[in-house]
Amino acid sequence: MPINLHAPSRRELIAASGVLFAWPFLPKIARAEGRDPRLMVVVLRGALDGLALAAPVGDPDWIKLRGDKALTLEGKTPGLPLDGFFALNPAMPNLHRLYQANQAILAHATCTPYRDRSHFDGQDVLESGFARPGNAETGWLNRAFAAIEPAARIDRRGALAVGPVTPLVVRGPAPVLSWTPQRIAPASEDTLMRLIDLYQHADPALARVLQGRLGLMHLAAAGNMDALTPAQREQLAGLAAVRAYFAEAAGTAAKFMARPDGPRVGALAFNGWDTHIDEGAVGGRLGNLLGALDGAIAAVETGMGPAWKETVVVLVTEFGRTAHINGDNGTDHGSGTVALLAGGALKGGRVLADWPGLKESDLFEKRDLKATTDLRAVLKGVLRDHLRVDDKALATDIFPDSAAVAPTSGLFG
Amino acid sequence: MSTMSTDPKYQAALALHRFGLGPKPGSIDAIASDPRGALLAELERPGVGLVFDASLMTASKSSMAAFNFRQEQMAKRIALQAEKTAMANATPAAVAAGEDPAKLGPVKPHAESNKADAKAGDEADNKSAKPAKPPEPNVQQRIFRNEARAHFIAANTAEIGFVERLVWFWSNHFCVSADVVPYMAGGYEREAIRPHVLGRFADMLAAAESHPAMLIYLDNFRSVGPKSVAGLIGKVGLNENFAREILELHTLGVRSGYTQDDIIAFAKVLTGWTILPAATNPEHGSEFVFNPRLHEPGPQTIMGKVYAEVGVNQGRAVLADLARHPATATHVATKLARHFVADDPPPALIKTLEQRFRDSDGDLKEVAKALVAAPEAWDAPPTKLKRPNEWLTALRRAMPDMQANVVQGLQARARLGEPLWRPPAPLGFSDVQGPWADGLAQRLDIAEIVATRVEATVDPKDLLETTLGPLASSDTRRAVARADSRQQAIALALMAPEFHRR
Repeated sequence: MPINLHAPSRRELIAASGVLFAWPFLPKIARAEGRDPRLMVVVLRGALDGLALAAPVGDPDWIKLRGDKALTLEGKTPGLPLDGFFALNPAMPNLHRLYQANQAILAHATCTPYRDRSHFDGQDVLESGFARPGNAETGWLNRAFAAIEPAARIDRRGALAVGPVTPLVVRGPAPVLSWTPQRIAPASEDTLMRLIDLYQHADPALARVLQGRLGLMHLAAAGNMDALTPAQREQLAGLAAVRAYFAEAAGTAAKFMARPDGPRVGALAFNGWDTHIDEGAVGGRLGNLLGALDGAIAAVETGMGPAWKETVVVLVTEFGRTAHINGDNGTDHGSGTVALLAGGALKGGRVLADWPGLKESDLFEKRDLKATTDLRAVLKGVLRDHLRVDDKALATDIFPDSAAVAPTSGLFG
Repeated sequence: MSTMSTDPKYQAALALHRFGLGPKPGSIDAIASDPRGALLAELERPGVGLVFDASLMTASKSSMAAFNFRQEQMAKRIALQAEKTAMANATPAAVAAGEDPAKLGPVKPHAESNKADAKAGDEADNKSAKPAKPPEPNVQQRIFRNEARAHFIAANTAEIGFVERLVWFWSNHFCVSADVVPYMAGGYEREAIRPHVLGRFADMLAAAESHPAMLIYLDNFRSVGPKSVAGLIGKVGLNENFAREILELHTLGVRSGYTQDDIIAFAKVLTGWTILPAATNPEHGSEFVFNPRLHEPGPQTIMGKVYAEVGVNQGRAVLADLARHPATATHVATKLARHFVADDPPPALIKTLEQRFRDSDGDLKEVAKALVAAPEAWDAPPTKLKRPNEWLTALRRAMPDMQANVVQGLQARARLGEPLWRPPAPLGFSDVQGPWADGLAQRLDIAEIVATRVEATVDPKDLLETTLGPLASSDTRRAVARADSRQQAIALALMAPEFHRR
């Protein structure tokens, strides 16, 4: 039962690019309360380094752990202070502003119950809502929606949208709208770097070609667009393109969701967080990506307009990264990380963390930030208090075998 | 590599990439017991290399249908113009009631219409906002797309694809361009190339050079002998282009001993090889015809031999001799070895193929068998960079469930620099790495688009096994395993060095 949205303009089509998946239904119980809540879930694929996004500057072991790669409140590019213990990556001023306006919450040292560090399995657990990998049929967001809607209202003839890439988190029995891309996300710099790495050993001639491409991207990022031919500019997939893509994708999704007749729940995914080499938390590659993400959050706020006060954006990743920096100035797959909540509906301005500490004995398997908060608790808190999904459904259908994981209370005012 | 080369599974995967169009799910195992035998068996399959599609018209009929379509459009335009002129003299109310001229769409001038309309399918890269449902393709677009579809299906469904690769090779050797003959290019491949890929070179040569598509592409249809009936009454003259390209590209090869005088004499021989004009013959327009009024009379001497034959047989006699010339054997053997094995092919392999070509009087099935039997064809390291269409086809075959339509297939080929049936020059698309390596960045764009499209249904590890199996290096396996998303893992597998090289 897809609703009749206006024919999207070209600009919207480009931006939506198949990343917005949403239902056209208003959650019934919330409606009865006179509310009209919006929920947007952003999946950050690749395992985001939570310690780079929000650094525990108050932990005495922090500098020891990361050395000159540690984000601090001092130095050339100081972090943005949060609560005295944590500092936010300076690439995220919008999130910082929202935090200060009590419209953002960070959950730290959190993770799904998955601990084996495979991206695919980790993403399956994150998005399916199951406690273990191997369930990749339906996602928790879809099942949550099915739980709050009377079955009769869900038109089962309406097949899943034939979008090119429906994130698992929204796949399932409830019908989904999607926008098929006219264009796709810019070629990922991360993929390019991995290929160069692969080619360097096996096929130096091909490596040189891709290095040329990478050089072009950096040239573009540095603003030297005049040095490029129009054809080169066309091909470019530089930082500017990533920023624009993140912001437009999220912003356009928000505009659809802000409409009175628009969908109320949406999901999208951003790739590229797997920073094994030259992570660049401050001013480097990860810093740039975090900046793009910050722009996407701001674009949602703008796109939602007055509906922002009834909005929550949830940003989650499959797991965190090693506490230590590795030999390539990057970080490897880990466990505990950060989840972000932003939106006018929140009672924000807080970092939720049962801080495990950073001494070697504190780390999970002596390498990862220990996950002391089950991510499902946070997600359950959002679904229960924002969309009014009932506790029983949360503990069984939506996050199976999670009865022991109590929903986080007090996220909303 | 050499340690692996005795592994039958490795040989099977190599065979599928080097001689075929890439593995489909299960292909590697299916031929692992006898990769060489499987290649040879494909050569013997009845009907192999041919396209059976009753909906396709001959090249000439397609050309006529396109011609008639344009005539109708023009008639409509003229009628409309007359109506407008009439209305301009009438009341404003009458104008308002009239048909909106924009509804009929612009009609392009005749000379340009061929090019522009045929390109519409594959190169209008949707830079502008397109409505969700594109307009129904017109007759001209349908002809090109149906031919392209048949070409794609032949490649996607072939068991191994060895014979299709031969079709592609010969289609490129005797290339025409859809920029010049948009409605004949597909029919040309079916009529002049496919029936002969496992037949005699002399027959393919004769079929190609007498095909209307070739006669238009290389300008011979209007070549006039100076002393022919038409020439004597002042019709424009001799065109050397066709004769030169036959000698240089299709048979002997460049700098193989022929002179400018040979070219002129050969061009005279070929005068009269033309097509029936579409406008004057609604039944048989655009078909090949020998027109004696254009033909230069008298014997001609080419490379020291006098050709005294009369009429069309004079040209046939020259072509038959060219097909048997030793330089042709060398030329063809070198190109085949370069195409299948290495940019700098092993001399021993060239020698083998050349010898077989000569001994068998240009029997191309025998030459193909000699290629499969030659140890050099298997022992050479995988250095050949696949051409874009080989890469795209291998990708398609590895993921048969992927949704993709003809227009997308055409767009992808154009984007990677190898638009279907549109070589930049009569030389055809290059068969060495140089011109193609820079396109790798564009291949990454395509790989990412494809990966995004299939990530929900394709398992990267399965993909790697399906399409590379034992060819995949440990580095490649590690890179795919460590990817940060399924989408990235699929893109990396499709961009693996072993998937580009064969």
